Amino acid sequence: MIPISYYVGLSAILFIVGALGVLIRRNAIIVFMSVELMLNAANLAFVAFARGFEALSGQVFVFFIMAVAAAEVAVGLALIVAIFNTKQSINVDEISSLRG
Amino acid sequence: MLFSEVSAIGPQFFMLVPLIIVFPLAGLLINMIFGERFSEKTIGTIASSAAGLAFVVAVLQAISLISHPEGQVIPIVNWIMAGEVNLHWGFQVDTLSVTMMLVVSGVGTLIHIYAIGYMHSDVRFNGDPGRYRRFFVFMNLFIMMMMILVSSDNYIMLFVGWEGVGLCSYLLIGFWYDKGKDGIGNAIAAKKAFVVNRIGDFGFLMAAFTMFVFFRTFDFKTVVEQAPAVAAAAPTAILAITLFMLLGVTGKSAQLPLFVWLPDAMAGPTPVSALIHAATMVTAGVYLVARSNALYVLVPQAQNSVALVGGLTALFAATIAVAQFDIKKVLAYSTISQLGYMVAAVGMGAFTAGMFHLITHAFFKALLFLSAGSVIQGVEHGHHAAEHDPQGKKALKAEGSGHHFDPQDMRNMGGLRNRMKTTFWVYTIAAIAISGVPPLAGFWSKDEILEASLHLNPAVYWMLLLAAFLTAFYMGRQIMMVFFGESRSAAANFAKESPAIMTTPLIALAVLTVFGGVLNLPGSHILSTWLEHTIEVGHEGSFEIIVSLIATSVGVVALFLAWMLYGKRYEEMLKRPQAKRVDDPLRSMLGPVFTVFENKWWVDELYDTIIVKPYKALARLLAGPGKLEVRPELARADFLHDTVITDGFRKLANLMATTIDLGFIDAIANNMGNTVQGTAVIMRRIQSGFVRNYALMVFLGVVLIVGYLLLVH
Repeated sequence: MIPISYYVGLSAILFIVGALGVLIRRNAIIVFMSVELMLNAANLAFVAFARGFEALSGQVFVFFIMAVAAAEVAVGLALIVAIFNTKQSINVDEISSLRG
Repeated sequence: MLFSEVSAIGPQFFMLVPLIIVFPLAGLLINMIFGERFSEKTIGTIASSAAGLAFVVAVLQAISLISHPEGQVIPIVNWIMAGEVNLHWGFQVDTLSVTMMLVVSGVGTLIHIYAIGYMHSDVRFNGDPGRYRRFFVFMNLFIMMMMILVSSDNYIMLFVGWEGVGLCSYLLIGFWYDKGKDGIGNAIAAKKAFVVNRIGDFGFLMAAFTMFVFFRTFDFKTVVEQAPAVAAAAPTAILAITLFMLLGVTGKSAQLPLFVWLPDAMAGPTPVSALIHAATMVTAGVYLVARSNALYVLVPQAQNSVALVGGLTALFAATIAVAQFDIKKVLAYSTISQLGYMVAAVGMGAFTAGMFHLITHAFFKALLFLSAGSVIQGVEHGHHAAEHDPQGKKALKAEGSGHHFDPQDMRNMGGLRNRMKTTFWVYTIAAIAISGVPPLAGFWSKDEILEASLHLNPAVYWMLLLAAFLTAFYMGRQIMMVFFGESRSAAANFAKESPAIMTTPLIALAVLTVFGGVLNLPGSHILSTWLEHTIEVGHEGSFEIIVSLIATSVGVVALFLAWMLYGKRYEEMLKRPQAKRVDDPLRSMLGPVFTVFENKWWVDELYDTIIVKPYKALARLLAGPGKLEVRPELARADFLHDTVITDGFRKLANLMATTIDLGFIDAIANNMGNTVQGTAVIMRRIQSGFVRNYALMVFLGVVLIVGYLLLVH
């Protein structure tokens, strides 16, 4: 049986990849995908611990996160489409009208 | 209603007493707000009914008082509560206040009715019919204020009424404010009345404040109860209060030395002279002394001063009245003189005698004034008629009285008894009454005062007796000059009687004048018993045949003398050639003395020289605008105003503006603003607009918090 630390390590790597994606990439869709990656890293950690501690609550949480992620995708993609319609670009650095 | 039934009625009518103020208030509000659309008749009817309803309320109070003569205090609301001062708005229903209410509303109603007819002509003569409504609004306001004055249960509420009637007096004296000498004569007369009354009001207020210091209250009831105790502890306090009060009385009741406003007050329309300046308001001072009788009886010095002021005024004003030619001026000085009688009476302690004379005087003096108004309008109409008559026109030209005709000058009258029959008869009745001929009302009340003064203050008795002689004389002179002989002007020749709406109230007042003495006949003493429940009896009047005989014969002799002088003799005198003619038989007999009387002892000129002129000069000195160019005659170096006040003020303003406001207060506000702005300039850089920047911030924040949680805990 593969120890839990492997799963947690993978989860951490996935989370860091996602976080760096959010911070570094400029394409809004890529940023978005990176956010999904971070969410799924959390999901992985949840199920790994759920199995390790033989508790169901971790698995229940995963369902909630998946539902929230689905809703977030729907809203986020709609926003990206709307931004593209006005700016003809989805580069997040160009969306800076609220600069102080 | 039988007397037994009446006396069965309990005190339930006492609760209605606030209505006595509500009715006149309602009348004046209706006329003020909706009156524009009403006809003159409607306006007059509303105002008269308001006064009439107040009279009904007063009668109801009197009915309740018959069975409950001790009366009642009806508190309405708390008015001023501050520290020890605990003033409420309350109504004092007792025999004294209800007597005043009856006089004010009763005579007031008759005068309102008379004014419906009088003002109809008056507003047209003066060329502004729009003021008809205003007149009745003021009259109702006056009734309301007078009711507040007489119905109050404390000195401060009384003062509210006291000032209120003063205001109405001012408004009504200046009713034709754009008329009179130089177009401002009436306005000046109104101002004079107001300013002179302020001096009296100062006395009243000082009395009230002194009273508060020693009594800790303004209530009549408590003051009466505590008066002996306070008098024992601080006798000078009572003396100060009563003497200050006397100053108030001399102002409001036109006594020496503050009487000068009342003759000028004749500038108001005649119903005003009758109501305010003869029958009611000017008697407020008498009422005040009667109301404060508990204080006066404790200090004989104050009583003597009041009696002396009254006696002197009665004599002094009577001498002036003898030599006046204006029909209303004669009556004005006569009023001052009669008020002197009342003040002397209440001063001596004969409170009921004073109140009795107040009531009868209200009847016959209102009657005299109203019939004088009827005479004046008759002559005015006559003047108008003469202008439209070919013969009259010629006569007017011959006497040269075109536009400067004075309808109040008795020298322009004469022979009116045939043309104005009703007016003549009521005038004669009133004149005989004031002369003190029995059995008319004036005889009984005057006799009671004379009898009391003979016992209480013989010096005052002689003054009053002499005044009585002069009173009868000037009334006889007036009757002879106005009604007898030949007409001395075309206007008098064409004069005609006033309409019924004016003569009916005259007849009603004449009936009261004839039978008013019934109120307090010797033997029955209805009024004395009635007032006994409220005020100390003081001197119990008794009828003395000798006193009455002397008083009556003095009056009759004076009337006879007037008839002698102003009958045939006057006629003959007028037939002399112009150069040798004298306008008054007394002038040739008394010579310079007559001139002194005619010029009113130069009291006005004296006051003008010693008070008004120095005061104006001082005011000019203090206020004279040194640099102003509006009135160059005042332009001169003015140290106090320019250097001390103006420059001082400028320097102070400069200091406040530059040093304190700009340097200190503004600096704080500005620095606060600058600090916030500077901080904002730095902080705004954080808001870069790059989403990734924000994400990094959040990420670092999370790392910091998690790191803290992991490492520290």
